[in-house]
Amino acid sequence: MNEQSAHAGWEVVIGLEIHAQLATRSKIFSGSATAYGAAPNSQANLVDLGYPGVLPVLNREAVRMAVKFGLATGSKVARRSVFARKNYFYPDLPKGYQISQYELPIVATGTLDILLDDGSIKTIGITRAHLEEDAGKSTHEGLGAASGIDLNRAGTPLLEIVSEPDLRGAKEAVAYLKKIHTLVRYLEICDGNMQEGSFRCDANVSVRRVGAEKFGTRCEIKNVNSFRYVEKAINYEVARQIDVLEGGGTIVQETRLYDAAKDETRSMRSKEEANDYRYFPDPDLLPVELDESFIEAVRQTLPELPDEKADRFCADYGLSRYDALVLTASRDLADYYEAVVSGSGGASAAKLAANWVMGDFSGALNRDNADVATARVSSAALAGLLARIQDDTISGKIAKEVFEAMWAEGLSADAVIEAKGLKQITDTGAIEAAIDEVMAANPKQLEEYRSGKDRLFGFFVGQTMKATQGKANPAQLNDLLKRKLAP
Amino acid sequence: MSLTRSQVESIAHLARLDISEAELPVYADSLSKILSFVEQLSAADTSSVEPMAHPLDGESQRLRADEVSETDRHEKYQANAPSVTDALYLVPRVIE
Amino acid sequence: MSLHTLSVAELSASLGRREFSSVELTQHFLDRISSSNPALNAYITITAERALADARAADQAIAAGTAGALTGIPVAQKDIFCTDGIRTTCGSRMLDNFISPYDATVVERLAAAGTVLLGKTNMDEFAMGSSNETSWYGPVRNPWDLAKVPGGSSGGSAAVVAARLAPVATGTDTGGSIRQPAALVGISGIKPTYGRVSRYGMIAFASSLDQAGIMAPSAEDCALFLQAIAGFDPRDSTSVDRPVPRYSAELNSPIKGLRIGILKEFFERGLDGPTGVLVNAVLDQYRALGAELVEVSCPNLPLSVPTYYVVAPAECSSNLSRFDGVRFGHRCENPRDLMDLYKRSRGEGFGSEVKRRIMTGAYVLSAGYYDAYYLKAQKVRSLITADFKAAFSQVDLLIGPTSPSPAFDLGAKVDDPITMYLNDIYTIGANLAGLPAMSIPCGFDGHLPVGVQLIGPHFGESRLLSAAHAYQSVTDFHRRIPAAYV
Repeated sequence: MNEQSAHAGWEVVIGLEIHAQLATRSKIFSGSATAYGAAPNSQANLVDLGYPGVLPVLNREAVRMAVKFGLATGSKVARRSVFARKNYFYPDLPKGYQISQYELPIVATGTLDILLDDGSIKTIGITRAHLEEDAGKSTHEGLGAASGIDLNRAGTPLLEIVSEPDLRGAKEAVAYLKKIHTLVRYLEICDGNMQEGSFRCDANVSVRRVGAEKFGTRCEIKNVNSFRYVEKAINYEVARQIDVLEGGGTIVQETRLYDAAKDETRSMRSKEEANDYRYFPDPDLLPVELDESFIEAVRQTLPELPDEKADRFCADYGLSRYDALVLTASRDLADYYEAVVSGSGGASAAKLAANWVMGDFSGALNRDNADVATARVSSAALAGLLARIQDDTISGKIAKEVFEAMWAEGLSADAVIEAKGLKQITDTGAIEAAIDEVMAANPKQLEEYRSGKDRLFGFFVGQTMKATQGKANPAQLNDLLKRKLAP
Repeated sequence: MSLTRSQVESIAHLARLDISEAELPVYADSLSKILSFVEQLSAADTSSVEPMAHPLDGESQRLRADEVSETDRHEKYQANAPSVTDALYLVPRVIE
Repeated sequence: MSLHTLSVAELSASLGRREFSSVELTQHFLDRISSSNPALNAYITITAERALADARAADQAIAAGTAGALTGIPVAQKDIFCTDGIRTTCGSRMLDNFISPYDATVVERLAAAGTVLLGKTNMDEFAMGSSNETSWYGPVRNPWDLAKVPGGSSGGSAAVVAARLAPVATGTDTGGSIRQPAALVGISGIKPTYGRVSRYGMIAFASSLDQAGIMAPSAEDCALFLQAIAGFDPRDSTSVDRPVPRYSAELNSPIKGLRIGILKEFFERGLDGPTGVLVNAVLDQYRALGAELVEVSCPNLPLSVPTYYVVAPAECSSNLSRFDGVRFGHRCENPRDLMDLYKRSRGEGFGSEVKRRIMTGAYVLSAGYYDAYYLKAQKVRSLITADFKAAFSQVDLLIGPTSPSPAFDLGAKVDDPITMYLNDIYTIGANLAGLPAMSIPCGFDGHLPVGVQLIGPHFGESRLLSAAHAYQSVTDFHRRIPAAYV
């Protein structure tokens, strides 16, 4: 559905600010670990705590990762970028300022192509991507009138990726968000874990009358931690803004929080007052200057990117665009798929492999909340199963049963087929014997069939299959039945 | 350049400083004098001058290897903290 | 012969010859501190036990033959340097209860050199002041006249050296905080090039201007101690990775032919009183030593004070935001809510000069004022730096007064910030441009000492020290001790 048609007369304008936690071992400005889930404040050292006298020193890997993102999005990688202080008081911000980049970010003006529902491609502008440090966390459970501050996350490197206001609806926004999500995991610069907060998104949403030149007043929705919630939060916010405007009201520029339980956004007044961040260059850090050799070395580490891979899958494996996009949505899945193809006869098995990887295999992953790396059926094992389908050892239908057994027991396809006796019957004599039995047992149906009731053919197929416990080769069975039933 | 009481109040709020009623006019006066004093900078012709954030000419930021060099020392670090429970720093409840 | 009148080199030689032990030397200074510190108020914390332990370790090293040039020499640390396990107040109520959990690089290096920590010296609160009157611990008195200020912000370090309550002390200099008090108490003080000494563990006032240095009777003493603290530190991104010259070995570099620039802007502004006379006499002395004196101009230098009073407050307003009553430092009683916690903790913990600078800084960085104040000041800073660069293409060193007048009365300038700020009129330029500069005693205005300032090009410490040493080889102002402390 065209999203515009849902809001007749209005155009939706969205820009996203994505915070991707960079997958470094240590923090952006200190040697503390960044591991998730450690005991409170056990990974907060003097620098992270903002102790008097301590100073930041920049992590090379964080810079490398930001450059990698810049190169992957065709952005300008700044030869000179500058860290600035963003000043505000908050308990999870130990120094009273966040070290970020303001006027001169490390990455500027790139683009990303997204696939729309109608199959067309839209290019979304990336305004900038800059390095900054994350804040800590506040908890309120069981502390009465107090909040507890855990600064383990403080100083974790973030890449803030800011899009142009090019997105025209919640679905586009989600498509873009997913594309960035795919990209950062391809680049191995972010683990993409939204539950743990390592991939977060703020959405700037506004609406304007179709044809209007000026953007409407925008609201920033914070704290949306899943793709589904991003879509719902934006849809709620769009409807709210249109309601307000159609009712003759005006939109107040503000920060709003998405409440997933109530499926609504609400004003976050506590963060509203006096947003005067007093940015200025951080005098504790010097300008970051990157030479060509640094950038070139990073370029050498770029993997095949999702779009390139999808193009290749279409070309080499004859897959549809849709299948190629699904299979390349994560690098792990794409690698798995390619391993299955090569293990089961190459390009000739490509379509079969795609169906299996996207179907039963992905279904099992979702069902068990597992990931590709730890899947119970390895790519080699799945390739072994597909080989048995291709050589007619088992039918596609039996193969599903075999797959479930492989997943449950961690066995190879051959072991399951052997143990369960599922090997397909291709012996003509055995199939003919089964057909003879069925014909003898159903004289009435046989007579009707022979007198022209063609649709009873299916009945005989079913009965014969049943007699062979489903193991008869379907094609052979068809041929033999047709011959035998003929009057 | 003269700052009003309410301007001083809003700066004090921005800087999270409790300033008493009695002190407000004193700060208004001295801050006004300081701002008037620094206004002589406007006389300098800086039309083609780059701002200088740093006295180190030609130096650039050094990059550190991505290595974990720290261990858990929260007990020592929290010895200076006014209020701690279960290794969490306590503050009056934060409302969101 | 009194132990406290010996130079660092003499102390080191005597310790090596076992004429006295480091414990004896240390006890001698601890005794002097006990008797004189109550009136001077120059130490905030006296670390007697630590000092004696350090001294015993030094004596062992000397006995074992593993001693270095500074082993066993007592030193006082300005209370802006973090000292592991020892209270570090920065002269503020905010940090009255603060025990640093780590050592500053300067502290670590002096400990590694075998020195003995006597204590932590008084200072203007967070180094903001030129008279040492903004300290939460009360003003320091000038050993030459207890009714006068010792200058600031390193007023405690200046006073302990002048009264020989320590042979040497560390200081920090953001706008003149080593040089101005050195001048006002008649000792030598060097502020190195920005980036020469690590700022790690030095509680920040204005990060782009702050630099640690040494305060001691003579340039020779300064050279020995600067050697120990200078050099690259990977924990400070603004520390410069560049070899440290052998300062002591280069002290006797010839002065003949040295081109010294007389800074026109320093001499044309009301320098006709006794200070001017004394500084002019220094010029003559250098001519007599064979130096060539030429007039040079830094036309934008008169704008250094207003530039500084935008840049320094801007940086300090941000640097001091970490003092919020949450993780360390003063916290108000029974905060009603988070805002109350912040405002009262900071309102109570900071003194009025610090609050004034924080507010000035918040204002000049705020929306709508940034360009007119902060950005403008950063541009003028470029102009001033370019002036110095041009000057150093003509001369090797620059010379001028350190302070417009000798020590003034306690309380004389506390109510007028602008008058107080103008004390730093001659010293601030070097901070804005990151240049090394030094003040050495050059005579007396009545009973009060006067200092002369030498400014060098980036990393020109060796040249500064040798020029100062040449002057001190033919004068004895640096050996004068106030009568009460002889």
